[in-house]
Amino acid sequence: MKARIHIFYKDSVFDPQGNTVAASLQRLGFNTVKDVRIGKVIDVTLEAKRIEDARIEIGKMCEKLLVNPVIESYRLESIEA
Amino acid sequence: MRVGVITFPGSNCDEDCSFSLGQLEGVEVSRLWHKDTASLGELDLIVLPGGFSYGDYLRTGAMAAISPIMSAVKEYASRGGRVFGICNGFQILCESGLLPGALVKNQKLGFICKEVTIEVGDPSPWTAPLSTGTQLKLPIAHGEGRFVVDPTTYSEMKKHGQIAFRYLEDLNGSFEKIAGITNREKNVCGMMPHPERAADLKSRDGMKIWNALLRQVREKA
Amino acid sequence: MKWISDTVISTLELAKELSLSREEYEYICGKLARKPNVAELGIFSSMYSEHCSYKSSRKYLKRFPTSGKRVLQGPGENAGIVDIGHGYAVAFKMESHNHPSFIEPYQGAATGVGGILRDIFTMGARPIALMDSLCFGDPRNSKTPSLVRGVVKGIGDYGNAVGVPTVAGQTFFHSCYNQNPLVNAFALGLVKTTDIYRGNATGIGNVVVYVGAKTGRDGVHGATMSSKEFSSEEELARPTVQVGDPFTEKLLLEATLEAMSEKLMVGIQDMGAAGLTSSSFEMAHRAGTGLSLDLDKVPTRETEMSAYELLLSESQERMLLVCEPKNLDRLRQVYEKWDLHAEVIGEVIGGGRVLMQKNGMTVVDLPVELVTDPPKVERPLMAPSDLKQRWFVDRNKLLLGSLEKKFESVFEATSFANPEPIIQQYDSMVGNRTEGDSFEDAAVLRVREIPGKNVRLALTVDGNPRVSWLWPLEGGRRAIAEAAINLALKGTQSIGVTDCLNFASPENPETVWQFSETVEGISIACEALGIPVISGNVSLYNETDGKPIYPTPMIGMVGLSEGKEKVRPSAFHSSSLDLALVGLPEGGIGGSLLASQWFQRDCGQPEETDLKSLVRTLNFLSKIKTKKFDYAIHDISDGGLLLAALEMAFYSRLNGLGIEISIPREVDVDAFLFGETVPRILVAYDTTESTEVEMLANQAGIKFTAIGSVNEQGQLVVKQGGAKVLQRDLAQLKTKWDQRLRGFF
Repeated sequence: MKARIHIFYKDSVFDPQGNTVAASLQRLGFNTVKDVRIGKVIDVTLEAKRIEDARIEIGKMCEKLLVNPVIESYRLESIEA
Repeated sequence: MRVGVITFPGSNCDEDCSFSLGQLEGVEVSRLWHKDTASLGELDLIVLPGGFSYGDYLRTGAMAAISPIMSAVKEYASRGGRVFGICNGFQILCESGLLPGALVKNQKLGFICKEVTIEVGDPSPWTAPLSTGTQLKLPIAHGEGRFVVDPTTYSEMKKHGQIAFRYLEDLNGSFEKIAGITNREKNVCGMMPHPERAADLKSRDGMKIWNALLRQVREKA
Repeated sequence: MKWISDTVISTLELAKELSLSREEYEYICGKLARKPNVAELGIFSSMYSEHCSYKSSRKYLKRFPTSGKRVLQGPGENAGIVDIGHGYAVAFKMESHNHPSFIEPYQGAATGVGGILRDIFTMGARPIALMDSLCFGDPRNSKTPSLVRGVVKGIGDYGNAVGVPTVAGQTFFHSCYNQNPLVNAFALGLVKTTDIYRGNATGIGNVVVYVGAKTGRDGVHGATMSSKEFSSEEELARPTVQVGDPFTEKLLLEATLEAMSEKLMVGIQDMGAAGLTSSSFEMAHRAGTGLSLDLDKVPTRETEMSAYELLLSESQERMLLVCEPKNLDRLRQVYEKWDLHAEVIGEVIGGGRVLMQKNGMTVVDLPVELVTDPPKVERPLMAPSDLKQRWFVDRNKLLLGSLEKKFESVFEATSFANPEPIIQQYDSMVGNRTEGDSFEDAAVLRVREIPGKNVRLALTVDGNPRVSWLWPLEGGRRAIAEAAINLALKGTQSIGVTDCLNFASPENPETVWQFSETVEGISIACEALGIPVISGNVSLYNETDGKPIYPTPMIGMVGLSEGKEKVRPSAFHSSSLDLALVGLPEGGIGGSLLASQWFQRDCGQPEETDLKSLVRTLNFLSKIKTKKFDYAIHDISDGGLLLAALEMAFYSRLNGLGIEISIPREVDVDAFLFGETVPRILVAYDTTESTEVEMLANQAGIKFTAIGSVNEQGQLVVKQGGAKVLQRDLAQLKTKWDQRLRGFF
């Protein structure tokens, strides 16, 4: 099964990278840019009988390793067999 | 000889490069600012120093490569001007398209700072009179120094003798242990190790690179 | 807290929730003749915290010797400053970032580096070196590896990006840090003596300017957090973590130094712990002025921030500065050149009060001194009742053990490891000044700004928590002694001390006793050597679930030299050398690594550092460095003589080295090989220099013992009465030593 996880800084957490990229875009003349937040996308291929099992497993992976709950949140973007 | 050293926001070896080059007899260093757009025509050499331009955010060198001065640098290089990039400067040259390939995260262990041995690769004005295989001890200090390139480009590079330096050992997973390259015309060169840190303290092999720089400019003149 | 309006009148309950005591709250109400509102209460709660006020520790800190002819700035500023001659001075300080690093190791350590760098460049000094001292829990503890990884990467990523080399450090593992790792960062900067700045809000009518990153809700109440013990549940209820941005820091550093070089400001301070609150009140306090601030002008990253949040946010990379109105335009231009924005948020006023407006209303109106000078807290102190038990060592059991086993037990200690996996993650060379290697007893930097004089600085950090727990006074004294020796080994003389005093809760009388004894020990040693304490930091409440850390004074010391002499290495420079011990032939077993490893508990009374013999040893070192011949030199510390000798071989670039050591007839074997009294020094030199070294030691009045040699046989051999009593393959030992920290990364 294939799962795609989107990890991003929590809204309240400062994202220096996004901030710097936003400023660079503005300097390039993209004046419509108001804010940039940069996250990560992680694709995990795993073996599971049911989507539901995979979903639970992915949740555990995020909590144990993939996500730093102190500063990051995540969303399970997609999961398919 | 007039050398221009560019400061990008986040450059941190600009001072070291200026200091080290400024110690050489007959070298006059001009500091350049990334927002400068004036012509660089009067300079004999332009150095893009190491550091963390724009915090290495997004991709190393990516945002510096679109800064105003880079249009002038490209123009300067297209007219045969000599451009030398060290560490982050090398990354910027790759991002700007002046050099082929790209530099990505080291294979293991994040950042590596240590003295390493490299050997001179294909002959070029950047290393003359050092012969191919000459070993140099130089410090490296980078987290994203793994050179990657597609096989077709690499064979072109080999054909045109563009491999300037290789590490003696596999350090960061760099393709074919590449530590430095030139463009096809050989007027643009980039390398990950830092010659400016080895010109008067510890290893003095950085001087050999500086001497080669001086020599090629003098021969041109 | 968010839902409570800033101007609501506070209550005692709320005050207690914000860690103010009933006495403190009543004191405030009495002095104000009213109850503070919520925003004001936030100010008191952070400024009365131990972290900002030193209310329990200040009384003891007065003991430190702080003056000297080189001292240009003593404690009380962002950093201390010492004159190094030729129109230059160095600013330095060490600071803890323990609690944030426990919550989020990477960001905690990174922002610790950021904060200490700002403390240096706010003095007008360009930072040129960083060091760190790290204490982690038992390496077998499941949390330790990820803490080590996070902290080391955080320090590296920040320092490397800003372009300040991390040149030395110390890493210590002990189970007392399982729940409370210590991250102490040291920074040093170089400044012309005419260009020094201070955190003063002088000149009524001058404008108050905010520069740097925007303010978010990060770390609201960080200062009070680090003044509280942790409970494991709080580990879950984490406050908003501050995220460091080394890129903005670099811009702030360059822009600020550029503005300073044009004399565009009057005073400046970092918005560190307790952010805008501490910077504004402290700057007004130092200058004896007041401030009027419009909080609506504070640049924010988030919407609808209350005054309370704006005042207590600990968003990183922000500074508050004061400038004359005529320089404002140029100041703005300089910051804008570096893509930073300078925003006027208020002005300097007379009257010794700080007034703050929000939405056109006065939300804060407080006398400066009431905020910056909380009532001192008199805490009872008491020596631990079990000190005698701690000092008990069953020497008979030790005598029965074999030399083989004793050697194994000290050799296997985690702290005895090749630090390369850590130090190669730090850029130690940027700045083009670093002369030695990061593993040396002290880092050596050249001062290239002073041409032709060969001015060098040596930097070291030192501390021995095990000794401090057994005998705090000796722990303090010994840390100073070891640091001074380390600097002298590199041919320099100590010019100043900064310290980071990491302790448990001052509400425990034993902690207060430990603290007072430690300060005494540091002071005695500094007085004997004539070294001033010029800056420092106190970190209390380092305990979780009632488990306190060992008293951990960390000393940062700076040495100075001028002259052509070579810097001698600690690694063997040849494969044919004589090896001598300079100093006492026997070291103390009490508090030694051997005692801890052998009895599986830290035990024994550490032997007192003889300060007179320390001075004689420093004299010896200042003489030998002027000689022309090559020698390698290293001090004997943790683990004793054998481990020190091994380090000299392991750090060498030569392969196949061997060491032979003969135990002198008259000594106790354990005390000779594993004892840890300070000072004891190993010197290795060519046989032809033997008489000269012995003569120098005799002239200095310290003991010289020829103990063996360095050879090409690849073995560690210890002999007693001509017979081999221990033999090990050096290459095999080195492999183990190399691997010890690799597992963490």
